[in-house]
Amino acid sequence: MGLFLILLVLTIGAFGFLIGRLKAIKLRSASQKKITSLNHYYGYYIAIFAIVPSLLVFLAITAFQGYIVEVYVLSDFIDLNPNLLASDKNLLLAQIVNTSKGIELFDEISPLVTDAVDKYIYIEELIDTLTYVIVLSVAGLLSLVAYVKIKSNLDSRKFVESFLLILFFTCSLVAIMTTVGIIFSLLFQTLKFFSQVPITDFLFGLNWSPQRVFVRDSGDLDTRDLQNAFGAIPLFAGTFLIAFIAMCVAIPVGLMTAIYLAEYASPNLRDWAKPIIEILAGIPTVVYGFFAALTVAPIVRDLGQNAGFTVSSESALAAGFVMGIMIIPFVSSLSDDVINSVPQSLREGSYAMGATKSETIRKVLLPAALPGIIGSFLLAVSRAIGETMIVVMAAGLAAKLTANPFDAATTITTQIVVILIGDQEFDSPKTQAAFALGLTLFIVTLLLNFIALQVVKKYTERYD
Amino acid sequence: MNKIKISAKNIDVFYGDKQALFDVSMDMYEKEVTALIGPSGCGKSTFLRCINRMNDVIDICSVKGNVSIDGHDIYDKSIRVESLRESVGMVFQKPNPFPKSIYENIAYGPRIHGIANSKTDLDEIVETSLQKAALFDEVKDRLHQPGTGLSGGQQQRLCIARAISVNPEIILMDEPCSALDPIATAKIEDLMSELKKEFTIIIVTHSMQQAARVSKNTGFFHLGKLIEVDSTDTIFSNPGNQKTQDYITGRFG
Ligand SMILES: Nc1ncnc2c1ncn2[C@@H]1O[C@H](COP(=O)(O)OP(=O)(O)OP(=O)(O)O)[C@@H](O)[C@H]1O
Ligand SMILES: [Mg+2]
Repeated sequence: MGLFLILLVLTIGAFGFLIGRLKAIKLRSASQKKITSLNHYYGYYIAIFAIVPSLLVFLAITAFQGYIVEVYVLSDFIDLNPNLLASDKNLLLAQIVNTSKGIELFDEISPLVTDAVDKYIYIEELIDTLTYVIVLSVAGLLSLVAYVKIKSNLDSRKFVESFLLILFFTCSLVAIMTTVGIIFSLLFQTLKFFSQVPITDFLFGLNWSPQRVFVRDSGDLDTRDLQNAFGAIPLFAGTFLIAFIAMCVAIPVGLMTAIYLAEYASPNLRDWAKPIIEILAGIPTVVYGFFAALTVAPIVRDLGQNAGFTVSSESALAAGFVMGIMIIPFVSSLSDDVINSVPQSLREGSYAMGATKSETIRKVLLPAALPGIIGSFLLAVSRAIGETMIVVMAAGLAAKLTANPFDAATTITTQIVVILIGDQEFDSPKTQAAFALGLTLFIVTLLLNFIALQVVKKYTERYD
Repeated sequence: MNKIKISAKNIDVFYGDKQALFDVSMDMYEKEVTALIGPSGCGKSTFLRCINRMNDVIDICSVKGNVSIDGHDIYDKSIRVESLRESVGMVFQKPNPFPKSIYENIAYGPRIHGIANSKTDLDEIVETSLQKAALFDEVKDRLHQPGTGLSGGQQQRLCIARAISVNPEIILMDEPCSALDPIATAKIEDLMSELKKEFTIIIVTHSMQQAARVSKNTGFFHLGKLIEVDSTDTIFSNPGNQKTQDYITGRFG
């Protein structure tokens, strides 16, 4: 029904557009004076008046509809029991809505509910009708106003321009507000978490076992339990171990790829090789995940066992290795660009001194491109730290404090997944721990990205 | 007249399908300055870059003909291009010091060619090269600061110092003063008359006066052909070819 209403409004808008244009054409032929804007701007003028405010009204009504319905339908229940819990309210409401649709999940329906169902059907219909009336009259009325306002001296072109400005601004605001909102909700939940678990325990504790808290009744949590359950050091260690292994793969391979592409490959080869390498970064990580778990992990296990190590079937090495492959393009692509942008005159200067190609690369190009190359490393690290799926699938979930790459390991992101899989109580410290982890991760990657961008920027300024 | 140092015979150069030099033959003499002049795009740089085989660096560029230094064909298979460039230094139009310290800029060549045996050796090479390039006094207190921090004229002299650090026999200069002001230009010209006592110098220039001031012989290029080569005096006072006449009197180019 909402869709139909929107279609109606749009139709009015389209109609308004035609009318506005027609009026402009008439004005133009009738008056000798010049009309400020092209005809179709007058069409847009009416269309904007018809569509935008009425849709805003529609949005507003829809936003409040749920609240109004709830208050009205549940009024009897609240009269009976003023302290009705939010969860009970939701349950009741769901029951009422289902019953109104003829879905009967409960054998007995109390007369109070039957009443409420009637009220529900009534208020829903009322609000729907009202919505139609209000929205359509807003659209119609404003179109009319706009139509009347069209005169030869109305600068509708400027109006359209300002409207677009506002539209673009609002859209960018949406993105910004989302970021801010996410940060604040993270921050808020994290603070709640730290009010139950001291931040020092979280940052320096050596034991991570939130499931313990979950198993016990969350009503009477022992503070000692909380202390011992949320030490994030094993997660930090696991994260850095796996990221380190990944970088051990990605840095040499990526850098050498970059050098090959920038200095040795023919332009043709470079043109098609680079996109292909970049595809590596576009493969869904879940695919890497099962590749890591099913192919690489067994190989690592066999190799390790042959070499006399005890290797668990899930290992940090397998996950780190595959992750390293995944982030090769981050290193190679960016480094390639940076090496490429070292001015040709430096290459010639070096060749003219009698340096060979590899000497030129080692002694002139890489040092000159170093800041940018480091920037690419940092971006790759922040990608590695944020990666989840590969670790979930290939490195295991055990939060052990270990530096042994053949051991299972777990990371910050993985634990967030583990914590939030399945049903959750929103208030339990376990759930909030996920927010704390998320915030930590966010801060770390933000810092890394920030540093990386600064480094790259500093570099870019040097040769311009 | 000094002995012939560089001899180019029947040089054709192609960039892809496009021919940039047509049958250029020219001799250049030891411990003299030879100037190459001609309108833009006529192939002066291309010719210069044949002498240290810098054209090899450009994929699409191919060189036909014969260039010999001291009678040895430099395009011969047995010649290592690195050692050729060690003895044929080059200074570019735009100063291109490496983004390293002044000291490291000069030490670059001696290091890759293993010329210095010790740190003191290297220090000495750096100092004498800078002195020969008339730069030492200006930078002696900041040898370990970036070479890119010098002024344009200083940078160009740094590049000259870099070129002579490996003790070459020939120095090729491609419009070395085009980015410099008259004072810096004068310094470099003085430098050249000093350097020609030790090195054979080939210089590309757009400035007639500069060619007249510094060079003993001058070659005039036009549209990829060497039109005329003779002593600088003759070229500027009594050229044998009408095109040369037109060019040096500023009627075209
Ligand atoms: N890398 C290259 N690729 C293709 N063509 C080139 C290249 N370098 C030079 N050419 C062409 O070769 C011709 C000669 O160029 P060259 O640079 O030798 O001229 P020049 O005499 O040095 O000119 P200028 O005085 O402007 O430096 C020109 O037509 C130029 O377009
Ligand atoms: Mg040139």
